[in-house]
Amino acid sequence: MVGSSARRAILAYAGAAPFVVFALFPFVWMLITSVKKDAELYDLAQNPFLARTGITWEHYRFLFEHTAFPLWLRNSALVAVSSTAASVVLALLAAYALARMRFRYAEGVSTFIFVVYLMPTTLLFLPLARLVSLLHIANTLWSLIVTYPAFMVPFITWMLAAYLAAIPKDLEESALVDGCTRLGALRRIVLPLARPGIITATLFGFTLAWSEFIYALTFISTTSLKTVTAGVVVDLIRGDIFYWGSLMAGALTASLPVVVLFSLFLDHYVSGLTAGAVKG
Amino acid sequence: MQSAEGVSGASRLPRYRIRWNAEPMVAWGFLAPTLLLLVLLAVYPLCYALYLSMTTTQVGVPGRFVGPANFIRLPRTEIFSLTLWNTVWYTAVAVFAKLVLGLTLALVLAQRVPGMKWIRGAVLVPWVAPIALSVLAWTWMFDSTYSVFNWVLMRLHLISAPVAWLGVPILARFAVVLVNVWAGLPFFAMTFLAGLVTIPRELYEAATVDGVGALGQFRRLTLPLLRPVLATVVLFSVVMTSSDFATIFVLTHGGPMNTTQVLATLAYRLGLATGDLGNGAAISLYLFPILIAVTAIQARLMRRSWQW
Repeated sequence: MVGSSARRAILAYAGAAPFVVFALFPFVWMLITSVKKDAELYDLAQNPFLARTGITWEHYRFLFEHTAFPLWLRNSALVAVSSTAASVVLALLAAYALARMRFRYAEGVSTFIFVVYLMPTTLLFLPLARLVSLLHIANTLWSLIVTYPAFMVPFITWMLAAYLAAIPKDLEESALVDGCTRLGALRRIVLPLARPGIITATLFGFTLAWSEFIYALTFISTTSLKTVTAGVVVDLIRGDIFYWGSLMAGALTASLPVVVLFSLFLDHYVSGLTAGAVKG
Repeated sequence: MQSAEGVSGASRLPRYRIRWNAEPMVAWGFLAPTLLLLVLLAVYPLCYALYLSMTTTQVGVPGRFVGPANFIRLPRTEIFSLTLWNTVWYTAVAVFAKLVLGLTLALVLAQRVPGMKWIRGAVLVPWVAPIALSVLAWTWMFDSTYSVFNWVLMRLHLISAPVAWLGVPILARFAVVLVNVWAGLPFFAMTFLAGLVTIPRELYEAATVDGVGALGQFRRLTLPLLRPVLATVVLFSVVMTSSDFATIFVLTHGGPMNTTQVLATLAYRLGLATGDLGNGAAISLYLFPILIAVTAIQARLMRRSWQW
């Protein structure tokens, strides 16, 4: 019996191993590349998996001291935090109305939000580029803070509505009967109960905003105002020369915040991914 | 909810009745900021794109209204028909690969063995990391001179000279699909896993008692019960894959010779790099029918589980 369960475990690990290697290899490769000396990095005779001449922090130092990378990190943090905060507030109100209140056209509204949720950013970036210049916010961080909620709010609304619907209504109803307003009930009763859902939604929102690429690439042209995704991809490459050590150092450093958040809140991510996906 | 409030409301103050009637007002009040935002930043841009696509607008030059001329002319151009075909091919192959591999991975992740939580976490990382940046690592791994794959394959004597992964059309097409699959696989696998765990174990036990083998259980139990989840994920992924921009923009820029160009990257190139907004908008609007079709199918599939 012991033998059969051990065999099952070995089979499961053997099945998982190629997938784990496939998933993590690019990140391992970023790390290896980012700590190797240029001389060894570009020497075809060397084994690319090793660092025989020792590791170096030169690429990281270059990144932080001679490029706008620290600014990009700051810009990304600013944009991601503010657009996520705004989106969660808007989405929470909308989700509460959809999950709890009865009104005409409720189904129409949720269909509308669902359609916008599916609408890819690549469909809208051209007209939005014109819109942000009409609003005189082109080439500022505001162009991103204002436009990111357009794809974050539908997604978070969808997620939170599913979450709120699963919370029992009794407490809230007795509060309403006792003369509490809807907003009061939302703040005092629903908010504490929905905290795990709100944390999940916030994490997803932040991850989406931090990773966003096409708007950041399109709306902002000044190097010092770029977010980290557009900055590393576009501005770290000078002419036709690729500085792979610094590029990989940048890609790894900029991936780190979301990956760390992810590992800290693994269960939230997993539950959110499944809840969000089953619903949409 | 309605009846409960009706009963308790009747026995209480008229004040309550007023609030009950006001509920739709409150609901619209809660929804107003979101609806306003989405109308301004999604509906209006969409209409504006539709308008742009029917003009000859260039950056800085107001265009002439030409009706559907752009939409009609585009498919006759070589670059657009190639791009459209590439998009279809890219979407079909990548979604199919993600479906098959995602299902396999989900079955592996569903095994109850120690440490599976960490394995699940590990395979999810590509989905969490910013796609534009992780594709940069793939670009480096496919580098024409320093590709790690070339080094390994040459060491194993499988190839004799370095392969230009992103320089040969067929290989570049394979590479962009591979990277898309890499990034999208976690979403497929985790969603399928969520579906798998809802299937009651008793069904499998009963099937085992009836002498149905593992393959038979998969075909006759797992697949049919998983079908709604499979359909949802595939539809969702068709939208996301056909409109993918970052993978191709970072990996190949649409090259070599436009053989990996997709609608999103061509719209970017025409609309922004050359400033041809009319045609750029028309190209990205070719994505719209896919969106409409998927939404219609999805809405029908979800009708039953719609009410919250």
